[in-house]
Amino acid sequence: MFDQLSDRLQATLSDVRSRGKLSESDVDAAMREIRLALLEADVNFKVVKTFTKTLKERCLGADVMGSLDPGQQVVKIVNEELTSLMGGVGSELAFASNGPTVILMAGLQGSGKTTACAKLARWLRENGRKDVALAACDVYRPAAVDQLVTVGGRVGAHVYEKGTDADPVEIAAWALEQAKTERRDALIVDTAGRLHVDADLMEELAKIRKRIQPHDVLLVVDAMTGQDAVGVAESFAEAAEFDGVVMSKLDGDARGGAALSVKAVTGKPILFASTGEKLEAFDRFHPDRMASRILGMGDVLSLIEKAEQQIDEKQAQDLEQKLRRNQFTLEDMLQQMRQVRKMGPLSGILGMLPGMGAMKQLKNADVDEGQLDRVEAIILSMTPEERANPGIVKGSRRKRIANGSGVRPQQVNQLIKQFDQMRKLMRHVASGKTPDQQQLASMMGGAPRPKVRRR
Amino acid sequence: MVERLEHEVEAGTVPADGEAVQARLIEILAEVAGTARAPIDLSNEPAVLLMVGVNGTGKTTTIGKIAWHLSQEFGLSVVLAAGDTYRAAAAEQLAEWADRAGAELIRAEEGADPGAVAFDAVEAARARGADVVIIDTAGRLHTQGNLMDELAKVRRVIGKQMPGAPHETLLSIDATTGQNGLRQAKVFAEAVEVDGVVLTKLDGTAKGGIVLAIADELQIPVKLIGTGETLEDLRPFDPTDFANALLAK
Repeated sequence: MFDQLSDRLQATLSDVRSRGKLSESDVDAAMREIRLALLEADVNFKVVKTFTKTLKERCLGADVMGSLDPGQQVVKIVNEELTSLMGGVGSELAFASNGPTVILMAGLQGSGKTTACAKLARWLRENGRKDVALAACDVYRPAAVDQLVTVGGRVGAHVYEKGTDADPVEIAAWALEQAKTERRDALIVDTAGRLHVDADLMEELAKIRKRIQPHDVLLVVDAMTGQDAVGVAESFAEAAEFDGVVMSKLDGDARGGAALSVKAVTGKPILFASTGEKLEAFDRFHPDRMASRILGMGDVLSLIEKAEQQIDEKQAQDLEQKLRRNQFTLEDMLQQMRQVRKMGPLSGILGMLPGMGAMKQLKNADVDEGQLDRVEAIILSMTPEERANPGIVKGSRRKRIANGSGVRPQQVNQLIKQFDQMRKLMRHVASGKTPDQQQLASMMGGAPRPKVRRR
Repeated sequence: MVERLEHEVEAGTVPADGEAVQARLIEILAEVAGTARAPIDLSNEPAVLLMVGVNGTGKTTTIGKIAWHLSQEFGLSVVLAAGDTYRAAAAEQLAEWADRAGAELIRAEEGADPGAVAFDAVEAARARGADVVIIDTAGRLHTQGNLMDELAKVRRVIGKQMPGAPHETLLSIDATTGQNGLRQAKVFAEAVEVDGVVLTKLDGTAKGGIVLAIADELQIPVKLIGTGETLEDLRPFDPTDFANALLAK
């Protein structure tokens, strides 16, 4: 996410950080680098100008220059300013005090509205609003209604639709009536994609807004939008007076321009981020966490939240017991692996760890999910007895397992060896000793340990 | 480009007054935008077109428009292949366009192998003596390696059914896309040998300047532009018009 911008900012800041004292020209040079990095990332040039100006003023302030560690202070300021550029902390959806919460979705064609509708419905259902309905008001794009019905069904949301012959304003009003009488918790209104220069359609959007009086209007913005993002957001702000932004397709290699400009230009925060093809790939957007990710400080909070959502507490306790008694088996390892993988692709998880940005080898190495699949297959080809006691896997058993999982016998051996090492390591940890680095490294598949630059 | 213009002004080949410089700039822009220009190759029987691109850039809509133009204006028989088996109702969307354009549709159920759909479509088109086959694919972010591999496979499978096909691989680029468009073009070109770009959504305020970089760096020309939601809103790319629009206020 925003890799290029991230790399450049980190390089600039590590340079600043390495200096004991900062002169005004050092700060100037750093600001120039930051300005270039932001412009290259498609951030609106006016936004860049104000941003670097505030930044410079703060950095030249007495408390920075006079402090013992001015470089560190500068990093802190950049982090704070990036956070506030993306919306500060604590923006929330507005919810209705009674009756259904109505959310209107708007955006350009192809920005991802229909998908965002379903993802938002799912998110609402996960977060306490059980009965969520969708209204299909995109009557223009062929099969848009079918699409909403299908994805709505997948996330367990009811879809109100009247085909494509009705007027979108009427459909929205009718859906709202239905949602009220059927006592839904929330209603999400999907609308057709429209260009911000299409006066007729923008008026239609304003009409829908007026008619159903939504609690929230969300603008869906493609994260890869260039300098045009600002004009789009401004026009939509006028017609639809949106309250917040859903940033879509953040899983690409977008440079971040849209995400960094939209709040500054419209004053509306990014509320949600959509980060993948799957309907679960959607979550609250946290400007502070995003800022620290961009600056390579990791996003441990999100990681913990993810883990909490996915990991079953009871299972975790059982596992802890087993570890303490050194009864950890291959079966447990399989469970563990599956739980971690539920949190999403490993490369995504790695991106949340502090300092990972600096480890080039790890970042560019596509984490081989296939390797994990093979480990799973090998364990699944074992009998329960073999899983509990891998020591008995010899000759013909090994051959059978290899055949069953489609790997070579050596790979079965390798897994068992690694598992043994892991068990030893855990015994160490359980007995309160710190694990030996060398041992840790060999557990990671014997790969040479990446060199970590100490700051 | 700017360097070249500066150079010419200094050397005196271009008079140093505003209008002349602007006129020359438009010429240079048009020249770059027109790099490697070539018409869409329809000489094969059937001509196989493969449509690829990032999610939401307008692949399916563009296919509908191309099919309409080919069948209504040139009287060609067109087969469409619903190769987007991933997104909900993508095949229904293409079916609607096929209906409007009077084209035949080959589809499979959701989740089917896109390569198989493409294979069947080319086979069907050959059996029926159709003139053109256009294959839709699911939108995918160029950063997702496995999906890009899948796309490369679709292309290979098409080549197995008909050697030399697809004859034309078109990449749709959303005009509102910023610098990222160049990355998209690069990665897609690596995966499936893109022959041309379709620049969509040019009816907004976006001017699609990124195609200049694509033409210049990757030698991939823009072939078509999309300018609206109706069937007629598709035009061949004209570098001079494009350069003029780029500089217009």
